[in-house]
Amino acid sequence: MKKTPLYEKHLELSGKIVDFGGWALPVEYSGIIQEHEAVRNAAGLFDVSHMGEVLIEGKDAESFVQKMVTNDISTMKDFQIYYSPMCYEDGGVVDDLMVYKYNNEKYLLVINASNTEKDIEWLESKVSGDVKINNLSDKYALLALQGPKAEAILQKLTDTNLDDLGFFEFIDGMKLRDVSALVSRTGYTGEDGFEIYLAPGDAARLWDLIMEAGSSEGLKPAGLGARDTLRFEACLPLYGNELDKDITPLEGGLGYFVKLTKDDFIGKEALAKQKSEGLKRKVCCFEMLDRGIARSGYEIYSGEEKIGFVTSGTYSPTLKKNLGMAMLDVDFTEIGTEIIVEVRNRKLKAQIVKKPFYTKKYKKD
Amino acid sequence: MNVPSNLLFSKTHEWVRIEENIAYLGLTDFAQDKLGQIVFVDLPELNQEIKEKEQVAEVESVKAVAEFFSPVSGKVVKVNEDLLDSPEQINENPYDSWFVAVELSDQSELENLLNPQKYEALLMEEEENH
Repeated sequence: MKKTPLYEKHLELSGKIVDFGGWALPVEYSGIIQEHEAVRNAAGLFDVSHMGEVLIEGKDAESFVQKMVTNDISTMKDFQIYYSPMCYEDGGVVDDLMVYKYNNEKYLLVINASNTEKDIEWLESKVSGDVKINNLSDKYALLALQGPKAEAILQKLTDTNLDDLGFFEFIDGMKLRDVSALVSRTGYTGEDGFEIYLAPGDAARLWDLIMEAGSSEGLKPAGLGARDTLRFEACLPLYGNELDKDITPLEGGLGYFVKLTKDDFIGKEALAKQKSEGLKRKVCCFEMLDRGIARSGYEIYSGEEKIGFVTSGTYSPTLKKNLGMAMLDVDFTEIGTEIIVEVRNRKLKAQIVKKPFYTKKYKKD
Repeated sequence: MNVPSNLLFSKTHEWVRIEENIAYLGLTDFAQDKLGQIVFVDLPELNQEIKEKEQVAEVESVKAVAEFFSPVSGKVVKVNEDLLDSPEQINENPYDSWFVAVELSDQSELENLLNPQKYEALLMEEEENH
């Protein structure tokens, strides 16, 4: 298994290490529920150094990125970030990623760890003009500081006024005490917070500095278990669950990030066709009515008819209910519709509810 | 890991407390720790006849599902329904959180169970394999 620069730190903190797509990472420290609650009510610190980073540079960088992703990056300002799916010609999703724009000749793409190799091959196969692709995944450690207290905690370590850093904006070269880092106001929890990219050699030191600064604010180290329940409640999609090579971003509920009005991009034709014909299935949210927890892959029925499958399901620590997301035949996606989830040979009742489960608490001016 | 001296254990990490011909069944400290925070439990019904090594309950944490195999055969005479509403008790006090009490139909099955020393040896082995 691959180790992040914080591996020793996780052991020191008694993190429960699991194999996460080839990476040795902590699923929890004190417990998923406490860590989840810390992020909702105070703050949590995550090691997400496994994420991939790819630098796209050159005179044609803008048009290249624009061709590769479904969102319209031509409207981006420098030091702004857009979220976007990246699709195949057939509309299936290669990956969902964050585009960090330095200027129109330099973009940093932040991609899912397990997709890194595949993404780079895909990008390289589509390169044209003056574009250089550089895999910087090993050059960056990544910490995510998330929660309503995140700004107050990080502010203790820097002279930069963090209140001026807007949602989905970043600063490269921010000084956090003596550590230099790229800091963005982003995250994957539904809370305000920051993602901090830095040299691997500085990661353990910054981890300690942040933990110390947060000790009086209720900050806890948080593992990948809480990261998943947090993103789930906010209905943020997870590649391999709500998005996949066989699921289009429209079906995954990401229509907002598919700009069919922009010039040609990979997958445009297929997505435009799917939109004009109308979706046959889409991701929606449900709540268990019977006792039981739906898990990803479980089949969903209406009577005897199979109508879809669970994409993600768990006990929700914030709502204290058993909830799920599912890919369902559109005829069964109206709020209030009763469905049957097959949980290990038992047929349990559930009901379609409004999306999302948890309203995101982002800091937007 | 806590292994009380007055209990018997199965290889699949259930514990058994014997009171005359009644066996109280639960999940061991090791098993609850491995599972993480428990958020759901499904129990057998009162008067249900259960068999040794049969899956009779399910325990779920936020991330995982575990099957609970009965270490003994017999009729369920009591069900700890408190666990349905607060399954976290299993994490907090695994050896007080009995799932069901069973009237034993075959006392000789107890010979198939591990005493505390043997169960501790099993745990050492499992730890080493990790």
